[in-house]
Amino acid sequence: MSVQPIAAAPERFPPLPDAGPSRHRGRLPFSPWHLVLAPLAAIMLVPLIWMVIVSLETRQQATSFPPVLIPSSLHFDNYSAAWNAVPFGRFFINSLLYSLATVAGNLLFCSLAAYAFARIRFFGRNVLFVLLLATLMVPFQVILIPTFLIVKQIGLVDSVGGLIMPNLCSAFGIFMLRQFFRTLPIELEEAARIDGTSRLGILFKIVLPLSMPALATLAIIQFMWSWNDFLWPLIIIDSQAHAPLQLGLSQLQGAHFTQWNLLMAGTVMSQIPMILVFLLAQRWFVRSVAFTGIK
Amino acid sequence: MSAASHASRTAVRERPSLLRRLLRSDQLAGWAFVTPAVILIAVFALIPIGWSLLLSLQSNNLIAPPHYVGLANYKALAKDPAFRSAIGHTLVYTVLFVPISVGGALAIAVALNRRIRGIRFYRLAVFIPLVTSTVATGIIFLWLLDPTFGLVNYVLHLLGLPQQQFLQDPNQALYCIVAMTVWSWLGFDVIIYLAALQGIPEDLLEASEMDGAGRWATFRSIVLPLLGPATLFIVVWSTINALQLFDEIYVTTRGGPLGSTTVVVYYLYQQAFQFFNGGYGAAIAYVLFVAILIVTLLQLWIGRKRVYYSS
Repeated sequence: MSVQPIAAAPERFPPLPDAGPSRHRGRLPFSPWHLVLAPLAAIMLVPLIWMVIVSLETRQQATSFPPVLIPSSLHFDNYSAAWNAVPFGRFFINSLLYSLATVAGNLLFCSLAAYAFARIRFFGRNVLFVLLLATLMVPFQVILIPTFLIVKQIGLVDSVGGLIMPNLCSAFGIFMLRQFFRTLPIELEEAARIDGTSRLGILFKIVLPLSMPALATLAIIQFMWSWNDFLWPLIIIDSQAHAPLQLGLSQLQGAHFTQWNLLMAGTVMSQIPMILVFLLAQRWFVRSVAFTGIK
Repeated sequence: MSAASHASRTAVRERPSLLRRLLRSDQLAGWAFVTPAVILIAVFALIPIGWSLLLSLQSNNLIAPPHYVGLANYKALAKDPAFRSAIGHTLVYTVLFVPISVGGALAIAVALNRRIRGIRFYRLAVFIPLVTSTVATGIIFLWLLDPTFGLVNYVLHLLGLPQQQFLQDPNQALYCIVAMTVWSWLGFDVIIYLAALQGIPEDLLEASEMDGAGRWATFRSIVLPLLGPATLFIVVWSTINALQLFDEIYVTTRGGPLGSTTVVVYYLYQQAFQFFNGGYGAAIAYVLFVAILIVTLLQLWIGRKRVYYSS
């Protein structure tokens, strides 16, 4: 009952019943909705299927007209060529560092702050919280230039640290977790306080274990955001050695824009981790997006 | 006299435990918990917000010492024809992107909200572009829309229609960007609409059917009003994102051809990080911020009057 916000976002959208067989009137052996949904699915999937097909063609096939729809032989060597054309391994490591560090930072710092805002009365709490909410309304572009100058002052321009630092804690995460913590029953925490458990103990032993859905949502959204982030890396990173995957892919595009087969192989490689994670955790992805929308 | 002595006596009685009380108090715990977050958000959000305002009043090339120029950047912006056309492109993009993606998502969510064979596959197909990165999307669409060997021109060729220049035609590029971003954003809106559709109590729909209302009437007078909050959220969210369009432009057209896709944020990027007009860039950012704020408040205000909240 206490996890109402998540319960409001259904796990897998148990569908409403169709209008029933009477609507089909026996004219079609299948639901007429397939006639709408199948072309739609095709439109959504064709760009991605095409990415894979071109990535397996020769350079000539990739740019021939009419396009080669089914290549006679599959050129997997495009993948090794793309992997070697730019330091792809580095890009992966940088992206992984960027994503994992920002996820860890957000989980820790946002939970601590969110718990204080939800449960502890302290001087200046409301003023701080309003300031925090105000930052949510400011578009990233407004703070882009000064943030660049600050990171430059700290000496972190062109480093993975400079990528991570400004994204370690988000006002969005604090707000979301605070809203969630406030829905938890306070009686458990009060009982623990009477037993002499510290605030930190309560947070880690009682509140966080009850908040897994909200924490998973924050982790997924932050991971997806960092993994696909482009503007901030573009501004802060100069050298290939420190570029995350999306920036690296854009560099590959700049350097090999005529070798579409190679470029597509690189694109496929850059998307595989995210698509795999999505396929494995589709339920959680859908939940997370629905969760942000409903709150 | 007696009141003063009473006060001093209580103060004396409390003094030994003051430090301990402070350590155990909620004051210290509260501040200790929020301090890391407050420092990070102060340094990387609050200070930059103020600094940006200051920057917008300066002539600043991000390297040499800046000097104060007052409102000169804003005055120059008001007269800058390139900025004016950037605003125009952003508005055209937003006015197309928001209704198409919101309306499309609603229709698709309704279609996906039923129990038929293969529905999980259809949903997957709609959701998967959401996790495809902007850079990858850009590269894929550059290929699909290539004038000489792209797949879309091939389809037009098969249908006997004339070949198009797409992203290389100043009159078409912005519309191609709309199509591309609708493709990649649709899944987000559909997920939210689906969740909202699932939240509609079934007995309401049954009651409506019992009263003899047709499917369309039920949809218009029951489903649509109940989707109001979701629609308001999606419209506000999509508008904010549309006004901030950048990544998709950078990876496909870089503002071209002939500046036809130079939107506000791309113009900001050019000014600040290519021409090193930091102050001018900051002024653009602030104008954008105020515009977004006004549009959002306006939408929320209209929404408050028209959206029905069931709880």
